[in-house]
Amino acid sequence: MDYARPTELEEALGLLCSRRWTILAGGTDFYPALGAGPLKSDVLDINGLSALEGIHETATHIVIGARTSWSAVIDAPLPPGFDMLKLAAREVGSVQIQNAGTVAGNLCNASPAADGVPPLLALDAEVELRSAEGVRYLPLAAFILGNRKTARAPNELLTAIRVPRASARGNSGFVKLGARRYLVISIAMAAARVVIDGGRIAEAAVSVGSCSAVAQRLSGLEAQLKGARVADIRSAVASCDLSELSPIDDVRGTAAYRLEAAREITARALERALGVAAERGAMA
Amino acid sequence: MSAERLSVSFEVNGEPVVAEVSPLQRLSSVLRDGLGLTGTKVGCDAGDCGACSVEVDGAVVCACLVPAAGLSGSRVRTVEGLSNGSLSALQESFLRHGAAQCGICTPGVLVSAAALLEKNPAPSETEVQDALGGVLCRCTGYRKIIDAVMNANRSVASDAAMVEQGRAVGASPIRLDGERKVSGAEVFGADERPADALSVAVVRSPHWHADFEIGDTEAFIAAHPGIVAVFTAADIPGENRFGVIPPFADQPALAGGRARFRGEAVALIAGERAAIEALDMDAFPVSWKALPHALTPDEARRPDFPDLHEGRTGNQLTQGFVESGDPEAALAGAFVSVSGEIETSYVEHAYIEPEAGFAAMEGDTLVIKACTQAPYMDRDDTARVLGLPPERVRIVPLAAGGGFGSKLDISLQPLVGLVTLKTGRPAAMVYTRGDSMRSTTKRHPAAMRASIGADAAGRVTGMVFEGDFNTGAYASWGPTVANRVPVHASGPYRTPNYRATGRAIHTNGPVSGAFRGFGVPQATIMQETLYDRLAEKLGRDRLAFRIDNALVDGDRTTCGQALSGVGIRDCLEALKPHWARAQAEADSANAGDGRLRRGIGVASCWYGCGNTALPNPSKIRVGVTASGAVMLHQGAVDIGQGSNTVVTQICADASGLPLSAFQLVGGDTGVTPDAGKTSASRQTYVTGKAAEKAGRALREKILRFANVSDAAVIGLEDGALVIREGAVRRRVELAEIEAGSDGYAFCAEETYDPPTTALDGKGQGVPYAVYGYGAQLVELEVDTTLGTVRLLRIVAAHDVGRAINPLLVEGQIEGGIAQGIGLALMEEYVPGRTENLHDYLIPTIGDVPPIETILVEVPDPEGPFGAKGLGEHVLIPTAPAILNAIRHAVGVEVTKVPATPSRILAAIRAREAGQ
Ligand SMILES: Cc1cc2nc3c(=O)[nH]c(=O)nc-3n(C[C@H](O)[C@H](O)[C@H](O)COP(=O)(O)OP(=O)(O)OC[C@H]3O[C@@H](n4cnc5c(N)ncnc54)[C@H](O)[C@@H]3O)c2cc1C
Ligand code: FES
Ligand code: FES
Repeated sequence: MDYARPTELEEALGLLCSRRWTILAGGTDFYPALGAGPLKSDVLDINGLSALEGIHETATHIVIGARTSWSAVIDAPLPPGFDMLKLAAREVGSVQIQNAGTVAGNLCNASPAADGVPPLLALDAEVELRSAEGVRYLPLAAFILGNRKTARAPNELLTAIRVPRASARGNSGFVKLGARRYLVISIAMAAARVVIDGGRIAEAAVSVGSCSAVAQRLSGLEAQLKGARVADIRSAVASCDLSELSPIDDVRGTAAYRLEAAREITARALERALGVAAERGAMA
Repeated sequence: MSAERLSVSFEVNGEPVVAEVSPLQRLSSVLRDGLGLTGTKVGCDAGDCGACSVEVDGAVVCACLVPAAGLSGSRVRTVEGLSNGSLSALQESFLRHGAAQCGICTPGVLVSAAALLEKNPAPSETEVQDALGGVLCRCTGYRKIIDAVMNANRSVASDAAMVEQGRAVGASPIRLDGERKVSGAEVFGADERPADALSVAVVRSPHWHADFEIGDTEAFIAAHPGIVAVFTAADIPGENRFGVIPPFADQPALAGGRARFRGEAVALIAGERAAIEALDMDAFPVSWKALPHALTPDEARRPDFPDLHEGRTGNQLTQGFVESGDPEAALAGAFVSVSGEIETSYVEHAYIEPEAGFAAMEGDTLVIKACTQAPYMDRDDTARVLGLPPERVRIVPLAAGGGFGSKLDISLQPLVGLVTLKTGRPAAMVYTRGDSMRSTTKRHPAAMRASIGADAAGRVTGMVFEGDFNTGAYASWGPTVANRVPVHASGPYRTPNYRATGRAIHTNGPVSGAFRGFGVPQATIMQETLYDRLAEKLGRDRLAFRIDNALVDGDRTTCGQALSGVGIRDCLEALKPHWARAQAEADSANAGDGRLRRGIGVASCWYGCGNTALPNPSKIRVGVTASGAVMLHQGAVDIGQGSNTVVTQICADASGLPLSAFQLVGGDTGVTPDAGKTSASRQTYVTGKAAEKAGRALREKILRFANVSDAAVIGLEDGALVIREGAVRRRVELAEIEAGSDGYAFCAEETYDPPTTALDGKGQGVPYAVYGYGAQLVELEVDTTLGTVRLLRIVAAHDVGRAINPLLVEGQIEGGIAQGIGLALMEEYVPGRTENLHDYLIPTIGDVPPIETILVEVPDPEGPFGAKGLGEHVLIPTAPAILNAIRHAVGVEVTKVPATPSRILAAIRAREAGQ
């Protein structure tokens, strides 16, 4: 086993060309996956790369560096379209996990229950993948391919997450459903972003996680919501078919339960985005 | 940089340190193993428990997830850095509030809370919960932690530590072992390790049921530098069979040829620490042949499934039975009757401290230092396996970071013992969370059926109960569960016609053993949920129905035992005003038809203290030294519940000596007599009674020596006893008294064994000498669209006879309730799938609502100062009260526990479909 902790991006990308490395960021998925046994792969620790730190804005994008922790997201001044990401950040594990874990790590780990994915899908986020050969940008939906599977090539590093400014418009909400208050993997979660124009929904972005191998945008519902009045949210959600979702049974809940719960929390996420005074729900 | 070791310089608690590390070594290991700072605890190595919480550069993180390579230049703060010569206000507040029980979570809680208080000196309850949500505590139920943090910066008037002489009983002095728990100084199983100790790894079965063959271990050792030896069943010098109940002992320390459950130990690998840590267990030469397996009693009883143990036909380990009157006739003639079925799941103890300890030779005595609940039982079982006479094994209990029943059974003791015996070197072992969950005992899953009938006046007339308890691959405490359940399944209610059967059935599941309540919590779910349905059919108020049927002094139990000191009615009566308020609040909250529905529920408990119809003596020795210290040889292991403090309080008042003069000598089998196991809610009552007798005997000896009457007051003044009676004042210089063979100027030793009798074929007799009682009221809210439950408040009334230490009693109640919440709503151990604290969910600080405790004190004629046991009682009513409240809220019965959101919503939908 080899270990490297480069301080320059070039060096890191150079190393990635040489052979297969396991990348270490906040370690909150890395260490639990390691278990008690000895490490069998070479590890590239990116925590020395200051180039990957911080959140900044360009003319076109809001850019979240790969080393940005959940806590940093919570503390950052961001437009209300990001509220759903902040709400998700507050629900990731515990303060300890939020302080160490990164948003980028959450995406690369590609768990079906990753709380960061639904909000970032609803922000039309794309990932910046760099290698010694250059850089490419992939929409998040094209990056996460399945349970624990991404489109990252072995020689690539995810260096940033980019959200188009235009996609950060409107207000947003996030609802997580779990079987206890803290430190809990989602049974299901929903993120919603809505732009209102003249009392009607001009634009809606809605996504649901933990109800399919990869979190999904609910494009059917989004189309239905476009032009609808705020008061019609519940009926729109009630009548949409949720065909994008394909939940499974596991220890956390049955598929049928997930599907039904997904519909409810989707409505709540929309209500939260719109500031509709929703009845306070238990654990959600 | 490569994988080679490197040197990192950073700061710990303000001091610069340099540590030699490997780059990916966890900060927790750097602190504990490298720098000797064992205040930071490890409960899971996976971010799930928060016991390892430390601050790095001002941010609280899990030290088990921080790589050493990045530490250069950073500032780390650990629990050891919280006190600056004296305890911090926060640590003092923890002591005052009783916020540390076993203390294993305490360092992580304190570090997280200190970080919060620095930013926010007067946090709200929600702010405290948000800051501490990442640290699990299995003992306290969190409420005292919340209070301690919220009040840390408030000044306090009185000093709780001061206890008046002769008034220790009934006071709440700071727990005698408290300071070391909040300072990080407590030594738990993993906190001590001889420098030259070998590490031991266990090869465990990956199969439910399999034959195996171990290959060429010589070659394996040769290929792995640093590996010293491999041991298998063939190396065990004694009888390879252990078990907490000797006639049923059936579990091999290392399986010989056949493994009967996933996680069973089949071989040991001993080696130098680095070699063991670097070992790839897959390289071990063992071949498996999987056999058909059964995971449920139904599967195990199929005619084509073989018996797992010879002579246990149909895989039935044993059956308990109680019968009185004519239950069938009573049910047939009942005005109303109800029947039901309920299933419960495996529940994991999930103490935050995985099993840990080490063995070393001291002369020709094998000394084992480990966390345990039962030192003498460990000694005898270990000696038997290792073929040694019991005197040549000495068990020195290290602090137990929670036990709840599972640390009654031996785990690593014979394993490290074997390695030390064979190699002559100390041998140490720390279970991983996975090892702990896979290989140690669980709460029995139960499949129960019952019918209960009542007459037109609302009196219960008869009950029939049948329960199958999945006892797993080996006996452990299965017989106790099978016997205890039938005695208790009626609840604390008059049930003149009764039959109850409890069966323990072997499967290839994890071994089910002792877990707070020995099956009674499961059986009570069955009985108390049926009581709600009975009350409904009768058109009676649910609480009033219970009050009418509650046992009172002079009543006979279903075992024919006449009772006295019965406090269940008082407990239920104490809930009445709360019941009325809660009912009114629920009614008004439910007036609309919102998706949130309120419900309230009540349930009772009773529980016999001590072994069921079997002897279980405790012995206490107390001596006064030449220098005037009172040494209490207190062998009742304190696993957090507080026996160190409670037993001492009792002995202090019985002897009339001041509490402050007492010093504890722990449960080391080399120096302290057997006070029995910490289980069955017996320590306050049984060991307490022995301490009372020993205290009185000591007092008598002193008074006789001074030739004064029992009215005299004994004081201690620098090395002398000062005895006053009226105008008489005698000074006894202790140094002038010739010490006895025990080394003490005055010494007394007393034994107490509860007066019980064996049960006859129909379960009639006196199974316990003392019972404790309680009742709890739960208020909750069900979200009818998601099936989620939000607990609003719990009121708990418990009859403890006499609260020796009211603060500790409250701590037990709150902690028991938290475990009851887990049992009711979220805890379901699925073997092979939830073997970590990520997937196995126990309540967090956000899951336990405010708890109001009502102490009821109906003295028991037998207990010390009237005290009854309490440790297990407290979790029994919680789950059924929650289920009853859910039913009240939304009208559904969840018949498989835990009542997860998924199950609750399914029940709601099924009910709607049926309407
Ligand atoms: C107790 C606990 C609770 C948790 N709770 C939640 C929760 O509630 N919700 C949730 O979604 N998650 C949760 N997690 C999972 C985890 O914390 C998150 O997924 C986190 O965001 C991972 O980030 P990290 O920086 O720690 O990743 P790491 O563990 O460092 O890495 C994760 C994976 O991504 C890869 N990787 C990381 N960064 C890069 C990069 N820049 N380029 C390429 N590959 C990369 C790594 O190789 C690894 O495979 C929890 C974890 C723990 C231990
Ligand atoms: S040991 Fe680090 S979180 Fe459990
Ligand atoms: S006191 Fe918290 S785990 Fe024991």
